[in-house]
Amino acid sequence: MKNKSLVSINDYTKDEYLKILNLAETFEENPVRDLMSGKVVATLFFEPSTRTRLSFESAVNRLGGKIIGFSDSNSSSVSKGETLYDTIKTVSNYCDLIVMRHPLEGSARFASEISPVPVINAGDGANQHPSQTLLDLYSIKKTQGKLDEINIFMVGDLKYGRTVHSLLMAMSKFKTTFHFIAPDELKMPEEYKLFLDSLGLRYYEHRDFTDIISEADIIYMTRVQKERFSDPIEYEKTKNAYILREHMLKNTKHNLKILHPLPRVTEIDTCLDINPKAYYFVQALNGVFVRQAIITSILGLI
Amino acid sequence: MKDKILVVSAIKDGTVIDHIQANSLFKVISILGLDKIDKTITFGTNLESKKLGRKAIIKLSDIFFKDKDINKIALVAPDAKLNIIRNYEVVEKKIVEVPDEISGIVKCMNPQCITNFEKVITRFDVISKKDVKLKCRYCEKITDQEHMEILK
Ligand SMILES: [Zn+2]
Repeated sequence: MKNKSLVSINDYTKDEYLKILNLAETFEENPVRDLMSGKVVATLFFEPSTRTRLSFESAVNRLGGKIIGFSDSNSSSVSKGETLYDTIKTVSNYCDLIVMRHPLEGSARFASEISPVPVINAGDGANQHPSQTLLDLYSIKKTQGKLDEINIFMVGDLKYGRTVHSLLMAMSKFKTTFHFIAPDELKMPEEYKLFLDSLGLRYYEHRDFTDIISEADIIYMTRVQKERFSDPIEYEKTKNAYILREHMLKNTKHNLKILHPLPRVTEIDTCLDINPKAYYFVQALNGVFVRQAIITSILGLI
Repeated sequence: MKDKILVVSAIKDGTVIDHIQANSLFKVISILGLDKIDKTITFGTNLESKKLGRKAIIKLSDIFFKDKDINKIALVAPDAKLNIIRNYEVVEKKIVEVPDEISGIVKCMNPQCITNFEKVITRFDVISKKDVKLKCRYCEKITDQEHMEILK
């Protein structure tokens, strides 16, 4: 993986996923290690994403590396009309690794082609956010003790949600059974179902939460956003159907964990936060270990 | 038939590209860069064709294409047929096939794709050849036949 940019979850093989996850475990045991002294990481956030940026910066800081960069395009030369090409060509002179988030899809791939230093994609529009997917995998592996033969329920906006699409692609390598719970307007796109068909993997579609969640090992919640609905009345009618509440967990498996990429709005009742099955805040902490693993692998420091 | 004899017999050595849909002629010219070649080239368009309605034909003296280059026109002229001429004789006939990869030529249909904002040469993996589907190497979205737009 040395010097190999991480742009799309589809760039890495199953073995490479496992390598990262195993390495992340060692960082969880011992997160403060002086592996990056003298290394500079540029975090280029052309659109703000405080959570993701802080997670990467925390990962670098705990390894003794230095950070340069900007947190939104207003505070950089981008606001003066500089092209992405020029920004990358310039900044890559100052650092050993670029972590970037950009509103345009494919921007990270383009950057990785022109940059002499490796690039980690921290989100390119609605396209990819591979470190999120790897931390989701890590959270599943850690809580279930395995990645094979998991029953995963994906809930909410399955049409536009890039995290569920990437997670589906990654989990498809592990004999997963999928359940999709979504309103008609936000169903899992056909191309992903065809992809699962081609692999002979099972999936089931549901319009609402039912007793079937008693089979779940993982419930992966996402936000149902008002803007996604063509008809606002339809949104008002459906929004409450995709809220997870404590009483719904009554007959669920003891190993069940609830994941969410965060930020959460209303889709998980806050009463649930202290339930041992709620895992989303630990999931966010796992992000730091996984990003430490990704960065040190790419820089060949481990 | 008379028409065909005239057209083909006009070159000694070279390539004749036949069965181009008439409205694709200029796209073919631009994809093959024929506007920048100093050899003798003859074009015919709006010729009658049973199969295509109106077809176009291009005769190129002393020009021979590599398969990989000529296959680029398959996106706009899927029915194109090539006659390779040596000493006034047709020595080989070829059809075009959509290649596995397309570089340039096509615009990505995703309005949020970086290739529609910065000077980036578009690149696609061809994931279906019959009903053409192209997957953008950058944004990973699919551009299908219906939404395909040829870059100028
Ligand atoms: Zn694209």
